[in-house]
Amino acid sequence: MAHSRRGVLGLLGLCLGLAGCGSAGPPFALQNVTGLLPSLEFQLTNQDNRAVTAADYRGKVVMLYFGYTHCPDACPTTLATLAAAIRGLGPQAAEIRVLFVTVDPKRDTAAVLRSYVGFFGPQFVGLRGDGDELTALSKRYRVAFHLEPPDRNGEYAVDHSSAIFVFDGTGRARLLGSESDGAAKIAQDLRRLAAT
Amino acid sequence: MRSVLLYVLPWDFSPTVLLTCLVSAVVYARGLRAFHASGRQTGFWRPLSFFLGLALDYGVLQTYYDYLAQHMFWIHRLQHLVLHHVAALLLVLASPGHVMKAGVPAAWRERARGLLGEGRPLAGLLRCARWLFHCVQNPIVAPLLFVGLIFFWLTPSVHFGAMLDVDRYRAMNWGMAVDGILFWWLMLAPRSDQGSAAIGYPLRILVVCLVALPQIFLGAYIALHGTTLFDVYAICGRAWAISPLTDQQVGGLLTWIPAAMMSGIAMLVILRRLLSEEAGPASRRAPAPSRLTPQAANRGL
Repeated sequence: MAHSRRGVLGLLGLCLGLAGCGSAGPPFALQNVTGLLPSLEFQLTNQDNRAVTAADYRGKVVMLYFGYTHCPDACPTTLATLAAAIRGLGPQAAEIRVLFVTVDPKRDTAAVLRSYVGFFGPQFVGLRGDGDELTALSKRYRVAFHLEPPDRNGEYAVDHSSAIFVFDGTGRARLLGSESDGAAKIAQDLRRLAAT
Repeated sequence: MRSVLLYVLPWDFSPTVLLTCLVSAVVYARGLRAFHASGRQTGFWRPLSFFLGLALDYGVLQTYYDYLAQHMFWIHRLQHLVLHHVAALLLVLASPGHVMKAGVPAAWRERARGLLGEGRPLAGLLRCARWLFHCVQNPIVAPLLFVGLIFFWLTPSVHFGAMLDVDRYRAMNWGMAVDGILFWWLMLAPRSDQGSAAIGYPLRILVVCLVALPQIFLGAYIALHGTTLFDVYAICGRAWAISPLTDQQVGGLLTWIPAAMMSGIAMLVILRRLLSEEAGPASRRAPAPSRLTPQAANRGL
């Protein structure tokens, strides 16, 4: 009897050991997409009209979000949630970057982007690209956006994704979340990624 | 011009799909020519069915349609209805085997014999493929695989991964197309074409009825579910503005009704094969008097 109990304990230990090898620590609060999505890669222009690539953000935990400054609801709420999450990080906030890629580069000029992202904090970067660059990036992360027909004043809305893609310091895609996850959960995961 | 190309060119170019479709079409067309040259008949409907099935497969995989399928649940369900049911059924109904065999260039056949023949380096590979084919093509495994694949890829967590990861997405669509052909071939091909894999027609009728039931259940479950089951479309954005529940309901209905109707169509085809085989080849060749009588009467007038 004692013999078999030791055997069971041994097996249990082995299982725990194997499980420990498979994933480090408890699961993330956001959806883990490690290995599902390609690593961060793009060629775009930032809010200061400077050409930037993913290499410029190596070493930082990057959150990638697609939106546009005329967005009435989803974008400001999402960016405000991300700003709240970053505020909760304390000194680790310096390790985070939010890349806000506009899906409406026609109206979102560099100047418009600069004043818009500046409102949310120093970690926020506004990015824009011509049609092909934007298509390449949206295809890479399998996101869709589409321009609604304009109203009488020529104003139009853009339907777009709600995804927040999170990349670790090496540029590897790690998590996928949305505004509905809430600032606390997002902050909790960011803290873990920034610490590694 | 640019906008036309956007719709016609592949969204995610896959050389494998292009090559497979192109080689199949060319080999089949060569076979048709060889048949006509030797005076053998192929009829009108079979080649039409073949090319239509091939074009449908290519169309849903390698045009702008694929973009829509990635970003709208119901369009994705329609894509699978085409790959797994409609196009596969059309390809099988064409019974393209004999024609394609005649269309393989002699040089290719020689080379294949050199590589795959008895005692040749790749003979083991062929044996392996044959063994796998026999494992899959039987009245228990084939329907389980057919229904199992639908359930597997519609498991919400699995579906989530498949819509994000390009490799899983491709594996899913290839699996659907290939499994569709295997299953409908086993159900619908004439017994004389099937060799040792052949199963009786009454058993086939039972199997096509049985596979309809879980599809009806799953489709109804998705269509009537009160909350969204597949959140990947909301996260990655839909192709155009549509309520998530409407998208899900239409997708569920497509999984439910047309998919189950394909079992009905298949049953009619099997019944026809059963009756014509019972009647025997001799009576089929005899002209049907009812068709000739009115014509003869007209001529007389």
